[in-house]
Amino acid sequence: MILAVAWRNIWRSKTRSLVILVAICLGLASGVFYMGFYQGMVDQRINTAIKTEASHIQIHHKEYLNNPDKKFVIADADSVTKVIRSVSGVKATTSRIIMNTMIQSPTTSSGVKVTGINPEDEKQVTNLYTRLIEGTYFEEGKRNPIVIGKKLADKLKVKLKSKVVITLQDMEGNMTGASFKVEGIFETSNTAFDENCVFVRNDDISRVMAMDPNSCHEIAVFLDNNEELDLADQTIQSKLSGLDVKTWREIMPDVSLVESSFGLTMMIFIGVILLALLFGIINTMLMAVLERTKELGMLMAIGMNRIRVFMMILLETVMLSLVGGACGILLGWLLNLYFGVKGIDLGTWSTAYKSMGFDTLVYTKLSWSISFEISVMVIVTGIIAAIYPAMKALKLKPAEAVRIDM
Amino acid sequence: MNVIEVKNLKKIYNSSEVKVNALNGIDLTIEQGEFTAIVGPSGSGKTTFLNMLGGLDSPTEGEIAIGGTDIQHLSSSELIDFRLRNIGFVFQAYNLIPVLTAIENVEFIMQMQGVSKPERLQRAKELLTQVGLGDRVNSRPSKLSGGQQQRVAVARALASKPKFVLADEPTANLDSKSTENLLDIMEELNRKENITFIFSTHDQRVVNKARRVITLEDGKIISDVQK
Ligand SMILES: Nc1ncnc2c1ncn2[C@@H]1O[C@H](COP(=O)(O)OP(=O)(O)O)[C@@H](O)[C@H]1O
Ligand SMILES: [Mg+2]
Repeated sequence: MILAVAWRNIWRSKTRSLVILVAICLGLASGVFYMGFYQGMVDQRINTAIKTEASHIQIHHKEYLNNPDKKFVIADADSVTKVIRSVSGVKATTSRIIMNTMIQSPTTSSGVKVTGINPEDEKQVTNLYTRLIEGTYFEEGKRNPIVIGKKLADKLKVKLKSKVVITLQDMEGNMTGASFKVEGIFETSNTAFDENCVFVRNDDISRVMAMDPNSCHEIAVFLDNNEELDLADQTIQSKLSGLDVKTWREIMPDVSLVESSFGLTMMIFIGVILLALLFGIINTMLMAVLERTKELGMLMAIGMNRIRVFMMILLETVMLSLVGGACGILLGWLLNLYFGVKGIDLGTWSTAYKSMGFDTLVYTKLSWSISFEISVMVIVTGIIAAIYPAMKALKLKPAEAVRIDM
Repeated sequence: MNVIEVKNLKKIYNSSEVKVNALNGIDLTIEQGEFTAIVGPSGSGKTTFLNMLGGLDSPTEGEIAIGGTDIQHLSSSELIDFRLRNIGFVFQAYNLIPVLTAIENVEFIMQMQGVSKPERLQRAKELLTQVGLGDRVNSRPSKLSGGQQQRVAVARALASKPKFVLADEPTANLDSKSTENLLDIMEELNRKENITFIFSTHDQRVVNKARRVITLEDGKIISDVQK
């Protein structure tokens, strides 16, 4: 019955309750919406990081990441690949030859990371082939094709079918060069990637470099899903103790940091909103208690004890917060649902975000667990807000509160 | 049997610069089944005295025994529980919880006592019928007249099966018809069910209904008349 009293008390002063309800609702709706927006952005960044750039796990020669010299190769790439593919959770692998060197067009030159790939394997691991905006992805079967990013193509002023020259050193250290023909141009959400990474066939590059065709610098591993990451990482590590096995979190610590700090960042953000709302709720409840002095005095006079009085005010505050909170979460959730399908175009700010590797069309996303965590935070806020008004109520002296003539 | 025994009761209010001797040594015994009016001019100490009897405030000096229990030594939280189980209250106004219906207001006190739902529902209905509100059980206080609200308060006071009912100026806000009606109901409950009523008033028509009239002046009993 105390519950019923508390609930009905909320609606006693409709305007006052509605003001605070709307405040809570809008505060949380914007919080939840921003959360979904940020989550969407982070997820897309991670998705790009895994599917386009790093894949889940990479394997190198022990020295390679410290000193990316061409001589630090994985010697027997075929048998290493076989071992990796036998690990559960592994979906596909691809081996790569990597050279950091110069690319030249008739007009200018630029430093790039040249990656030699086996296109069929690579397609199983990265989705770069889906990001082509012009041309094809190693389909023509001609000699020395190259696929480059839009940003680099613009910089070098080259088009499809243009010739570019890559300067290389062979395994003996002799300078050589090879000419490649642009077969495809891609564009990802990461402009730095688009400017610095170019792709060629590994056969073409190993021939020019006089490399053993069964060796490579990097093996990228794609898993069934990210949940298997740690287990697969450990298993592969134990099977390939002579090699360096790293997950995308280690390879791209910046992306990993965004991922791991997301929860805390968001909780602080929502916490600040709730802190601001806290004072509004306290104020509302204080007014409610003060205008009910006679009634509360009467209730204590007829035998309502402190715990019950406290509970009544606590329940009223928590329910008030929860109603506003629920409406805010719902509203924020609906906004997320809408923009989760439609996406939000960052438009004018897109250059800055793109250079950090973020998509400019953000599909918002909100998980149930986060909605639940926010609800818990709202309840806690309600409880904290109730304490001061409830203490005020408990300080009432029934004999004085019920006096009419004073 | 004595329901209330008061010995040398004194109350001094020390609040502001002035010291007010609101009660100046009162000795009184009230028996089961009395229908007693406390009268006296404004400021004579009626409210103070009833608050002492009801355990709403503690005396400066003296003893109050209710049903054999000395209450002047009880802590404030023990007093709350004591009031809940032993004393029925009717105040001049603000008796009811505005957001609860008549029957819910009567049930509320029984729920605090731990009475089961079916039992308190039945008792609340019976009591409201006894005070003539059998057809208004689901009305909220704002939909009831002042007299009807006071009758709900009487039903509520009785719901807890108290040793006696204290009513401080229960008719002060009522017109003469409602006053008579409320007094008739209280008198009937007193006669039929032997319920002890102690009420303060300065309305002569109410005084006339009482069977014992105690007159206070300056915190002292100046007359005690049994009819
Ligand atoms: N809380 C208080 N502080 C100081 N004086 C009080 C207080 N309550 C009552 N009094 C004084 O005590 C005396 C008795 O008051 P009260 O019991 O209300 O009388 P009555 O109910 O007969 O009008 C009055 O002089 C009143 O002013
Ligand atoms: Mg008075």
